[in-house]
Amino acid sequence: MNIVVCIKYVPDAQAELTFNASDNTTDRLGVEGLLSELDEYAIEAGLKLAEAAAGGVAENTVTVLTVGPDKAADAIKKALQMGAHAGVHVSDEAIHGSDAAATSLILAEAVKKIGSPDLILTGMASTDGSMGVVPAMLAERLGLPQVTLAAELTVDGGTVIIRRDGDTASVTITASLPALVSVTDQINEPRYPSFKGIMAAKKKPVETWSLADLGLDAGSVGLAAAWTKVESFTKRPPRAKGQIVTDEGDGGTQLAEFLTTHKFV
Amino acid sequence: MAEVLVLVDHVDGMVRKTTLEMLTIARRLGEPSAVFIGAGLDAAKEVLAQYGAEKLYGFESADYDDYVVAPKAEVLAQLVTSASPAAVLMTSSPEGKEIAGRLSIKTESGLITDAVDVQAGEGGAVRTTQSVFAGGYTVQATVTKGTPIITVKPNSVAPEAVSGAAVEQAVEVSISEGAKGARITDRKPRAATGRPELTEAAIVVSGGRGTAGDFSKIEEFADSLGAAVGASRAAVDAGWYPHTSQIGQTGKEVSPQLYVAAGISGAIQHRAGMQTSKTIIAINKDEEAPIFELVDFGVVGDLFKVLPQATEAVNKAKG
Repeated sequence: MNIVVCIKYVPDAQAELTFNASDNTTDRLGVEGLLSELDEYAIEAGLKLAEAAAGGVAENTVTVLTVGPDKAADAIKKALQMGAHAGVHVSDEAIHGSDAAATSLILAEAVKKIGSPDLILTGMASTDGSMGVVPAMLAERLGLPQVTLAAELTVDGGTVIIRRDGDTASVTITASLPALVSVTDQINEPRYPSFKGIMAAKKKPVETWSLADLGLDAGSVGLAAAWTKVESFTKRPPRAKGQIVTDEGDGGTQLAEFLTTHKFV
Repeated sequence: MAEVLVLVDHVDGMVRKTTLEMLTIARRLGEPSAVFIGAGLDAAKEVLAQYGAEKLYGFESADYDDYVVAPKAEVLAQLVTSASPAAVLMTSSPEGKEIAGRLSIKTESGLITDAVDVQAGEGGAVRTTQSVFAGGYTVQATVTKGTPIITVKPNSVAPEAVSGAAVEQAVEVSISEGAKGARITDRKPRAATGRPELTEAAIVVSGGRGTAGDFSKIEEFADSLGAAVGASRAAVDAGWYPHTSQIGQTGKEVSPQLYVAAGISGAIQHRAGMQTSKTIIAINKDEEAPIFELVDFGVVGDLFKVLPQATEAVNKAKG
């Protein structure tokens, strides 16, 4: 079984995110970045499947794929330290400012160049843009079924089975391989890289591809080719300082009074 | 006037409030056309007409409910071609976003997700407002290619009842075999709580680490206000409350009239899910908790003392 896990290098969620004033894109260089936390669950899911399949990690490979600036190599490194076999980094200056549609195009072409994986895994969303649409777009481009937001994942022969916990029901979704699966943060507990894993990662193959390597024209991606445009952005004004009381036996009563005054009761 | 397609968000014909909100938004951009996919069309007709649907495209088959999102995207793509709408609106739920994602690629059209406002701009442009970076910024955006596809967050506008003709349109669509690749093979319904759905609720009361696993006071207070119950990631990870109730970056984003955070410190991941709430109240033992930076009203104190007292006072005030 060949598994490709799509991962993203994102600005640290604890950092103050902002925009580049010149072109209204996310400022990805001014802040510290890291492997998106939600992608760790996808990597872990891939490693677990490879370990459990016949032949184990010797015959079942996990390749991580990312699209991003030079520093995105850090995300690949972390995935290799966790146990992934190989990494592919698509990096090209023309990619700057790409929207979700263009990102899915680059990922789709890279997946085709890697080969024909049995399974493509992703996290549920990135922790920066957090649109959560790239998995569906990628599945559409590759003509694959998508089974998303898996809280449980099993592969049985040529079939993938997931459990998704929805608002009204917990459902089982089944698809034939090849398929695209996105996983939630409920599916597993991602492993920390071991010392052995960190040493082994240094010898693992990482390929860096440009748009030309994928047969993509620079004009088909990036900010100028985006299908949407950020017209303006404004920093949200800080909320006006509210009234804060310390409970001295009547805190609940005061709270109820606030609710009555503001017509919530 | 051009049509605006609204994908009806429903459960077996029970139309969700978000649909009525989208019909209200659609009237700003053109003539609302409701697109109903799934089982239960008859039950939905009346309310769709009451909220201004001029046309009604019905595709009624239980099959659609079993094949996840791909067939719905195919139906919409065919309607985009035949009706040339000014925009396509759907709910900003995981399913809505996935349908939108597939539709965007099929029709080579720009997609904007999580809009909290949609207005008609100059020259027929559709201008959206979104809240990004954990609510730290507000962004105005437009679609520059194809048919604008917008997913709208629940509670973005107040639904306005306006009578519409809701004329049923007979349209033949075809669904490819490829779209039937993923199928729901089993459903285990959740026990109904009797409380409103989180993303639609006007009031949400959430509990966190400070509950130490006992949500009874949170639930009693929520019930006194007719509110939905949410939970922080810490409470969900500890197994105290189901993941479907999680508020925050990896759970649900809510934007109610009133949000009450009890025993929640207010980490950035949580704030991303509730920062756009209109009024915010917090109860926390720690006066330094970051959640107090957001509140309109805060109580520094023990939620197990403050909430029961407030519940009693609210129940008394209701008479």
